[in-house]
Amino acid sequence: MAASNEFRTCSVTGLKVHLPAEALIKANAVVAVVFLAVGGLFGLLVALTRWQAVHILPAEWFYLLLTAHGADVLLFWVIFFEVALLYFASAILLNCRLATPWLAWVAFALMLAGAAIANVAVLQGESSVMFTSYVPMKAAPHFYVGLIVFAVGTLTAVGIFFGTLVIAREERTYQGSIPLVTFGALTAAIIAVFTLASGAIILIPTFLWSVGLITTIDPVMYKVIWWGMGHSSQQINVAAHVAVWYAIAAVVLGAKPISEKVSRTAFLMYILFLQLASAHHLLAEPGISSEWKVFNTSYALYLAVLGSMIHGMSVPGAIEAAQRKLGFNAGIFGWLRKAPWGNPAFSGMFISLVLFGFLGGISGVVLGTEQINLMMHNTLYVPGHFHATVVAGTTLAFMAFTYLAVPLVFRREIVLPTLAKWQPYLFGLGVAGISLFMMGAGTLGVARRHWDITFSDAPLTFEYPPAAILMMGLNGMSAVLAAIGGLAYVLVVVGSILFGKRLDAPDAERPRFIPRLPTTVAAYGSAGTLHVPGTIVLVTVFFMSFVLYYFVNWKYLSEIWPMR
Amino acid sequence: MPAMAPETEGGGAAERVPAMQRLLDNHFLLLFLGVTVPAVLYLVWGIMEVAQIPIGK
Repeated sequence: MAASNEFRTCSVTGLKVHLPAEALIKANAVVAVVFLAVGGLFGLLVALTRWQAVHILPAEWFYLLLTAHGADVLLFWVIFFEVALLYFASAILLNCRLATPWLAWVAFALMLAGAAIANVAVLQGESSVMFTSYVPMKAAPHFYVGLIVFAVGTLTAVGIFFGTLVIAREERTYQGSIPLVTFGALTAAIIAVFTLASGAIILIPTFLWSVGLITTIDPVMYKVIWWGMGHSSQQINVAAHVAVWYAIAAVVLGAKPISEKVSRTAFLMYILFLQLASAHHLLAEPGISSEWKVFNTSYALYLAVLGSMIHGMSVPGAIEAAQRKLGFNAGIFGWLRKAPWGNPAFSGMFISLVLFGFLGGISGVVLGTEQINLMMHNTLYVPGHFHATVVAGTTLAFMAFTYLAVPLVFRREIVLPTLAKWQPYLFGLGVAGISLFMMGAGTLGVARRHWDITFSDAPLTFEYPPAAILMMGLNGMSAVLAAIGGLAYVLVVVGSILFGKRLDAPDAERPRFIPRLPTTVAAYGSAGTLHVPGTIVLVTVFFMSFVLYYFVNWKYLSEIWPMR
Repeated sequence: MPAMAPETEGGGAAERVPAMQRLLDNHFLLLFLGVTVPAVLYLVWGIMEVAQIPIGK
């Protein structure tokens, strides 16, 4: 049992806050933002190089920074933030102490050391193998060591999350079931265990191969196991950002899900089937049967897609029900018009929800269909898809959550509030452009991971349609806009932590982006209504877009591959 | 974790917790399923597929 002086009571939410857990949340979140800033800068340089009129980096630097960009934002930014989220969703929301804070600091040190080692290896120039590090491309041994050390630290942090759940149950700090947000975090933690196990299975032998102790690694075997880590790590993000959507709706609007049971069942779909999406990276691989490919993508994966579609209805439904309860009942969309669009936590969450569903979700199903996958496999369509999921979906949701975490955890007021209000719109618009234009270029056949799509120094010339060059220019402009949005986020967050007005004084004002509503974030319970007509209209529009886009891609396929 | 059912004055369970809720409240069973299902369907099956490819001569 922890000493009572290790806790404080949050004056805003009334939650009991374990101070060692709070310190760990701060440390992990701060390091996450540092990796976002560094990785985001690398991403901007990559996008400017793909913009043919700018083409800023030489080839060697392009591949080097593309590798660093992938590692820093796809792994280090999101996973540091997710560890902070796991500690928040367990110790804080369950009103209990964090299990073994000293071990959590060890985990933090391992993650930081691993991320730093991997960055050094890449920046030294001998490990430009890109995020996927496909064999037989060989990186410097300390690149693999860095990733393995980072994974060990993360697995330790996930273990601490499970330990905290046990403590909360033993000490009876909650009644009944854990809150929905904690259940979402549990889903992310479970997927993380599979992800890290897959990583260990493949990265340890690859490290041994890099130092000469193993003579060969089979490239297809590598791909199968590596994607068990590489794609599943992005599924941790999906579960975590869906939990964040529910959390923001609960804090900002006092929203409850339309049905707790249905939302939890949707998370169960993730637990059982979401990791199988890894197979879509292998749909064009020879030697692997169609049974494996089709089962893992077009059969079992659709159960996870069903989970996402349930959340896609449940979250706006929760918002609509909460808004109607607050009196915003005019017409079908009065609740949406009167939503707090000037609150960056809400606007960031809602933009994340829309972009993730319309851009990331629909394109994910298209990529997961064996036949139409052939048209865009290994093209820029793939980065276009995962920028919609990981950047527009996860990163924007995490940014939105920061506007609540800074006043609640760091106990500082948000500075530059006008900039903060605009930030989700700038970043969201930029990332939507990045996703759309990369997917457009991919549909025209532009290869991913290529420094120069004009093939200016190649012995055999090849020309993409002029529209592809245009798409890459628009992608570069969108990246500039997203970078401005990202810079605004870093400025607001760092400025708030360093110079924001302190909120821990007894007479402190209420944080400006947290309205005076009873929070439901740590509670169990449903909204108790199915009267959500606006949400039903939005979901209908989504389904029509989904069906139309799916049909259009089959039409494209029929033109490429005529049956005579 | 088994969900806590409402208790009567005598301490006995007033109603049976539904099986689905018991599953969703059993975090370590969910962990087992969440690792085993993809390990079997994706990893083990996928590794068997690759292992069966004849070695070129």
